[in-house]
Amino acid sequence: MSARAKDLELICPAGTPAAFRAAINAGAHAVYCGFNDETNARNFPGLNFSREEMAAAIKYAHQHDAKVLIAINTFPRAGAFWRWSKAVDDAARLGADAVILADLGLLDDAARRHPGLRLHVSVQAAAANADAIAFYARVFGARRVVLPRVLTVQEIAAINREIDVETEVFVFGGLCVMAEGRCSLSSYATGKSPNMNGACSPASHVEYRQEGDELVSRLGGFAIHRVSAAEAAPYPTLCKGCFQAGDYKGHVFEDPVSLDAASLIPQLAEAGVTALKIEGRQRSRAYTEAVVRSFRRALDAYAAGRPIAAGELRELTEGQQTTSGAYRKTWR
Amino acid sequence: MTTKRFESTLGPLQFNWSAAAFADFYARIADEAPVDRVVIGESVCSKREPFYADRIPAAIERLERGGKSVVLASLALVTLDRERRAARELFEQTQHEVEIDDLTLMNFVRPETSFSIGPLVNVYNEATLGFLARQGARRFCLPPELPFASVEVLVAAANVNGAAVEVWAYGRIPLAISGRCYHARAHGLSKDSCRFVCEKDLDGLAVRTLEGAEFLAVNGVQTLSHKYGNLIGDLDRLAQAGVKSLRLSPHSGDFVAVTRAFAATASGEISPEDGLALLRQAAPEAEFSNGFLFGDCGAAFFPSA
Repeated sequence: MSARAKDLELICPAGTPAAFRAAINAGAHAVYCGFNDETNARNFPGLNFSREEMAAAIKYAHQHDAKVLIAINTFPRAGAFWRWSKAVDDAARLGADAVILADLGLLDDAARRHPGLRLHVSVQAAAANADAIAFYARVFGARRVVLPRVLTVQEIAAINREIDVETEVFVFGGLCVMAEGRCSLSSYATGKSPNMNGACSPASHVEYRQEGDELVSRLGGFAIHRVSAAEAAPYPTLCKGCFQAGDYKGHVFEDPVSLDAASLIPQLAEAGVTALKIEGRQRSRAYTEAVVRSFRRALDAYAAGRPIAAGELRELTEGQQTTSGAYRKTWR
Repeated sequence: MTTKRFESTLGPLQFNWSAAAFADFYARIADEAPVDRVVIGESVCSKREPFYADRIPAAIERLERGGKSVVLASLALVTLDRERRAARELFEQTQHEVEIDDLTLMNFVRPETSFSIGPLVNVYNEATLGFLARQGARRFCLPPELPFASVEVLVAAANVNGAAVEVWAYGRIPLAISGRCYHARAHGLSKDSCRFVCEKDLDGLAVRTLEGAEFLAVNGVQTLSHKYGNLIGDLDRLAQAGVKSLRLSPHSGDFVAVTRAFAATASGEISPEDGLALLRQAAPEAEFSNGFLFGDCGAAFFPSA
């Protein structure tokens, strides 16, 4: 085992101060979170941190020897750029250990005005190869890139051999099947998009209706699921819906699965990855705590050369089914 | 009296047509279509390109003889080593301008090179536009999901930076790109053993809801809108805002007629209503939308104001 593998960092989500403390207590090396406005890609009602809450969270993390990464990863709206720029200023002022950014203009602004602030390139920037990463590192001095979920483990290893900056990969939680930050499916159906509004398939545009003996869930008027009324209708996330394409009827884009790459921890470590990331800032404190504790156990087991217990998180995943996603080539 | 209010750009062909169909299409565009610029080359899937690569030089020559300026397209999602090499080579040739559709290519831009930015690069605000303009970007085809209010701000920023703004004016809208091939998946195959099933669908494979409503179209690793974006009724306000250029994205059928309808409407020779009627004739199967421009859902269609 390489020395590097022992140092794998566990990056955990927090949508509330309670989830934040739970993640730290469960063993997170770093927590990522956002301000409670449109500057972050999980802009849901009742979620995220006021400036005061963020200050307290950072203090709590630093007391416990953990880091705080602030996600300011939507694309600033034309004419309101200052709001995003101000969010970066506040993150720096509050003592964030890094900011996670996606927008070129914002990266440029942050690099020029906060030369000491550590910049991470968000998954929303979709930097999917060594050249794209080299560009972010050279021009903005970015120190880490969160890799888009379109790469195999072998491709990740090849990228790490070519670049000097750190890489972070998703290992658990919701799974975007499209290159993130480059998807406007949600706004085509609802007018709200991850890039502009920090929301995908927003609840405000969801409708459940019983029709005969079927339950239909709709997004922006488009039927996404149709199940027998006895079943639970899944939340109509657009890319996980059931559609018809030619003779094929079913999950055209992706099954209702979520990502669980716990079994790939050794391979990811060998591929030179610096940090493993758990998705789910919108999740409950209990969920965050359980997932973080389990992954920390897995990392500790791996570092000590013990086997990693597989599948223990299955009951926490959407639809009870998991995938290792693009990390295995057959997914494509 | 009529005046030319817009330039027009023919976007890269998004679909997997046969080499013969590719050559015929560009020959007709070269000889008959009233467009100023043509972006040519593969932007969706690098596996398709070898089938028609040898037709590109002749197509370019004919387009230039027809008075069009030619811009080379680039791939929208670059992951493989051979795709990176191809991207680098695009910037090593100096004969033609390159349109960047993935920021990977920014790593190859030299200080003296000017280039265009395609609709798949995230230019949402004046700071990003300014940054790219300082690196050499001279033209921006904006992301199709941007509302009119953003278009206005970005035009002002482009003016300050000596760049031009183009909008997605016609054709199925690219909504997403993925590592996975949905065409292959719908046929029980994977991307690496795809048998090029995407060649069967000249304008993409229809994705309908289980209730039969038209919704999206799959085109290999790309997902498009079912409806064709169509801003022919919105040209007055776009001209007023200072938009310089209209992008028309190729489809099967009589595409020269589509370019003529836009040219005649843009110059004021015919009314937007008559322009729309011509488009309905040229693409009888197509449904249209312009909702993104109004900050609404992209699938909506509002009559011209």
